[in-house]
Order: sequence, then C-alpha cells, then structure tokens
Amino acid sequence: MPRKLLLEHDKVEGIRHIDTYMKHGGYRSVEKALKKMTPEEVVEEVKKSGLRGRGGAGFPTGMKWSFLAKPEGVPRYLVCNADESEPGTFKDRYLMEYLPHLLIEGMITSSYALGAKVSYIYIRGEYRWIYEILETAIEEARAKGFIGKNILGSGFDFELYMQPGGGAYICGEETALLESLEGKRGNPRMKPPFPAVKGLWGCPTVVNNVETIAAVVPIVNDGGDEYAKIGIGKSTGTKLISACGNIKTPGVFELEMGLPVEEFLNSDEYCGGVAHGKRLKAVVPGGSSVPIVPAGLFYKNIKGEDRLMTYESLADGGFASGTMMGSGGFIVYDEDQCIVRNTWNFTRFYNHESCGQCSPCREGTGWMLKVLDKIEHGKGATMEDIDLLWDIQRRIEGNTICPLGDAAAWPVAAAIRHFREEFEWHVKNPQLAQTKSYGLVGETKYETASA
Amino acid sequence: MHSTKPSHSKAAVVFTPEMMAQVEHFTKQYPAGKQKSAIIPLLHIVQKKYGWVSVEAQDKVAELLQLQPIEVYEVATFYTMFHLHPVGQYVLEVCRTGPCMIVGAEDICKYLENKLGIKEGEITADGLFTWRTVECLGACGYAPMMQVGDNFHEYLTPEKMDKLIGDWRNK
Ligand SMILES: Cc1cc2nc3c(=O)[nH]c(=O)nc-3n(C[C@H](O)[C@H](O)[C@H](O)COP(=O)(O)O)c2cc1C
Ligand code: SF4
Ligand code: FES
Repeated sequence: MPRKLLLEHDKVEGIRHIDTYMKHGGYRSVEKALKKMTPEEVVEEVKKSGLRGRGGAGFPTGMKWSFLAKPEGVPRYLVCNADESEPGTFKDRYLMEYLPHLLIEGMITSSYALGAKVSYIYIRGEYRWIYEILETAIEEARAKGFIGKNILGSGFDFELYMQPGGGAYICGEETALLESLEGKRGNPRMKPPFPAVKGLWGCPTVVNNVETIAAVVPIVNDGGDEYAKIGIGKSTGTKLISACGNIKTPGVFELEMGLPVEEFLNSDEYCGGVAHGKRLKAVVPGGSSVPIVPAGLFYKNIKGEDRLMTYESLADGGFASGTMMGSGGFIVYDEDQCIVRNTWNFTRFYNHESCGQCSPCREGTGWMLKVLDKIEHGKGATMEDIDLLWDIQRRIEGNTICPLGDAAAWPVAAAIRHFREEFEWHVKNPQLAQTKSYGLVGETKYETASA
Repeated sequence: MHSTKPSHSKAAVVFTPEMMAQVEHFTKQYPAGKQKSAIIPLLHIVQKKYGWVSVEAQDKVAELLQLQPIEVYEVATFYTMFHLHPVGQYVLEVCRTGPCMIVGAEDICKYLENKLGIKEGEITADGLFTWRTVECLGACGYAPMMQVGDNFHEYLTPEKMDKLIGDWRNK
C-alpha cells in the first residue's frame, strides 16, 4: 500500500468532528510545536522536508517562510489560498470537505511558526458548503482551546477567520487574492515588493495553498527528514492529484511522488485507464495552464525513459516535449476529443478571467479567442491564422504583470506544437470539421461529432 | 452577460436583524479601519436575501461599511458571482470549461435551453428559472455539473435534470 500522509483517515466515519479527528491523532502537531519547539525549529523542519508549494508554482515552502520580514511591532499574516479555480483542479475541495480539521491544524501550527497571530482562509465563494464545514471546525477547535488566547498555556494567541471570494479565477494569484481580501477588485500587484515584505494591508504575509498547509502537519509530527524520505530528488512527500476527463474513475488521489504516470493512469487503484476502452490522445497533467502532451510523449520522455509523477520528470524536455506538475489537475483526453475545440475553450476561459490590467493579456487573449473561433467554427480561417495564433501567444508570454498571461499562452503554444496537423485539417476542411473529429494523428474519425 | 447598465430595485433594501448579525461577524474579523474587506461578504448576504444585487443594495452596503458607493460598485461589477440584474428564483449555473465540456456539458446546456424554453441569461415566464454558463467550479471529476444557490449538482443527466426541475416547480 502506498503511504498516505494527508488522506489517511478521509473515509473514517465522523472524521469531520474534532473528537473523532483527535482520536486518530489529530492536533498532535499543535501540541508538539507549541509545547516543545520554537517557531524557528518548526521552520527548520519544513525546510528539511523539502516541501514545495502545492498551489502550482512548486516553490520551496521552508525558503518562502524564511523570507518573511519581521519588523518590530508590525503584525504578520498567514493567508491560506483556498481559491482553487484552475480548470481540472478539485483536490483542495476534497481535503477541506472531508478533513477540515487537517487544514485548521496546519493553519495553527504554521501560524505559530511564522508568528502570525491572525490568519485567514480565503475560499472561493462557490464552495459555500465547505465554508460552513470549516466554520464549524473552527468553532470546535476554539472550544477545545486550540484557537484563542494563550493556546495550551504556550503564550501564543491566535485567531483564524474565513473569507469568501466572489467568483474570479484571478484571485487565486496571491497578490490578487490579497487585493480581494482587502475588499477590492482582484487586480494582481506588481512585484517586488513581494507579499513576504508587503502583503495584506501592507504587512508581511505568507500565502500558501491548502495542501501545502496540510502537509505541515505530518512534517511536524514525524520530522522533516522522514517526509523527505518519500519521493525522488527535489520532489518529496506525497501529492494530491485530482483526475478528470475521459477516465474510468475520476477523483482525488494521494500518491507518493515518483509513481510512474503509466501506473497512475492505468491502474485500478487510481484512474483505472481511459474510459470506454478508447485510446489515449493527450494529457494535461497539471491544470489547464500547463502544456498539453500527446500520448506518445506522456508515458515516456523524449529519451525513452518512463515518466514519473514528480516535478522534474513531468517537466523533462522543457516545453518542447515536456509539461508541468502545476496544481495537480490531471485532465485526460481520449481519441474522440478535438484539440482545437479544447484550445478554443481554454482560451475563452483565460479571456473571461483576465483582470484586464495589462494589454498583452487583455487584448492578446481576445485576439487568440477570435482566431480560434474562426478555426474551430469553420469561419474562413487560413493557414496564416495558425501562424498568427503562434505569434500572439509568443507576444503575451513574459510580458505581463502576473503569470495569467503565460497561463493563457502556454496551452495554445503546446497545442500548435504537438497538434499542428489537426489545426491544419480544420482549416482545410471547415465543413467536415463541424461534424467529424480528427481522431489520432492522420486518422479522421467518421463516427463521432465534435460539434 | 455583465451589462454595464445599472439595474434598480423597486422594493426597498432592508437588512434584517439576522443579516446585521452576519454583517457584524465579518466587520469584527478585520483590524480597525479595514472594514472595506467586508464588501464581498456583504454582497453575498444581500444576494442571498434578494436573489441579486441592485444599485440600491450596493448603496446600502456602502452605507453600512461607511464607504463611497463607487468602492462597492467596482467590486460588485468585477466578481461574476454577483447578479447585477434580476434573475429567476433558481439560477442554474452550468460549468462550461474544458473538463466538463469533454464529458457532455454542452448537451446539458442544450437540454436546459429546450426544457426551460429560454436562452442563456433569460428568466422563465413564471419567474422561477434562469440558466447561464460559468467557468470551472472545482467539480471537474464529477462532471457535467451545475451550481444552484449554495449547492452543486453533479454527474448530470437529462433524467436528473427533469427530477430537479420538477421538484423546484412543485415547491
Ligand atoms: C492566475 C493564477 C491563479 C492561481 N490560482 C491559484 C489557486 O487557485 N490556488 C492556489 O493555491 N494557488 C494559485 N495560484 C498560485 C498562487 O499565486 C501562489 O503561488 C500560491 O498560492 C502559493 O502557495 P504555495 O507556495 O503553497 O503553492 C495561482 C497563480 C496564478 C498566476
Ligand atoms: S496578466 Fe492578465 S490577469 Fe495578470 S495582471 Fe495582467 S491583465 Fe491581469
Ligand atoms: S471544468 Fe467544470 S467543474 Fe472544473
């Protein structure tokens, strides 16, 4: 059995309630950290663990924590990013819905480490029922004395609050999230200054993903070295993956870093393989923003080695032949799916979600959408339009305030890079493309409609 | 969908004592002078009561938080969860993003359009329903899906939609 550090007790009856949660070892990390460790020692364990941010960028958490400025007399904040809106991603929801106390416990222990006396969980507004589950859990934790004044006699005072969002993908970007938490539009801020220096209300702030904060619990309980034993190289510990698309058993899975992707996709313990006996066409393994890879580059990298579920292995080959771990939103496409249509759909998403501050992103996503609409819907696109699309995405990437611009450009670039023939087929057969799907390379599928 | 033309409410916007208790719950959780942070929570509170947020509702939020109305308008118009125009009693929000699309979200939309006899964003004659498409709701593995009020309805099929709509009609 693979080791589970986060979802070990997710199926235990009543685990949402603090008594059951504590019976299964819950809140030990709070006891241990507050009674036996200094905040610096907690940070040190997190550093040793090699834990990397689970929100998408994979930045080492211990290092991020050690960047937090500590000026005298200025409050510091920990803000949990529970905005989860990257298409394909629904892992944080699962963790919060089934194990709310794991997040609360992680928030208390992490806030102690950072010296944050007040912390917030910013949760996307649509997760209304989870908001309520967490509120109940916070009240339970307060009643047990884990939140409030002088927790466990340690002298540490701590308050934890919930803040709902209003339905904007961009508020998952950490500086947009802070703007939103301050009651403003979700416009990302220019960096520097980084939130570690000037964050919430101008005070030093750490923003961490739900899963990152939850992982602090086993790290403090068992020690950073123990956590770092799992995985390969710089990809340590376990990772939650939310799997969806054309697979037999979609859902949220915890796996040890280093699991071969082939096993993850095809074994019954995880995705159960492509649904309805169809063949695999492509995979987007880390949420809609990461490059799509065709089946041929998915199982094995360009050198012919097995691809593994690690940050490094998924990215092997760079953008030419690799992709990224991203947020762990694993989207599987079978042979009947239309890559052009999917690219059009994702571009519509980014265009809809652009905050509009920078012109390359605001105008670029709009242009790409228009061109893709022409190609996908048979509105007289030419081969030059494919080149135009390539040109626009290239001009967005790297030229914007926040990474949403890159996130909009990469899926388009990867689709053209690996599936150019399919775009050309759409241009050459505008009528046919309305009712038939291109299928796998060079093989038009006459039985399925992609309209 | 987000037309820039502001919409006004005919009835007066009133915060009941229960709503005021919720307002206080939020304003207490920020440092002194940072009550602006309560704008989004308060807009949710108003929308839950009235179904949408009129200009008058936004003005009321500004008044309660002692802010300029524009500070509330610019937030209300940015966040897509807020309905700035009247909607049906039940707003059916179907996710249209990639992972949902590849397992049938478009068929769900067509089905709703036929069944309810209205286009996206419209209100049925009986005032009961509005449907619209939204972007990924974090339910991609349980698709196709839609959100209605505080609830997610997942693994949608025509039979399931018939049952849900029938139940709402009979309520
Ligand atoms: C457009 C955009 C959307 C993002 N959405 C999320 C999100 O929904 N959840 C999240 O944890 N991080 C998201 N991020 C990453 C955050 O900016 C930030 O890196 C992360 O919350 C840091 O936490 P971590 O170090 O624990 O991963 C997003 C980034 C961008 C650019
Ligand atoms: S890149 Fe896009 S989303 Fe990010 S700040 Fe610029 S316009 Fe806004
Ligand atoms: S794509 Fe529909 S819920 Fe994520």
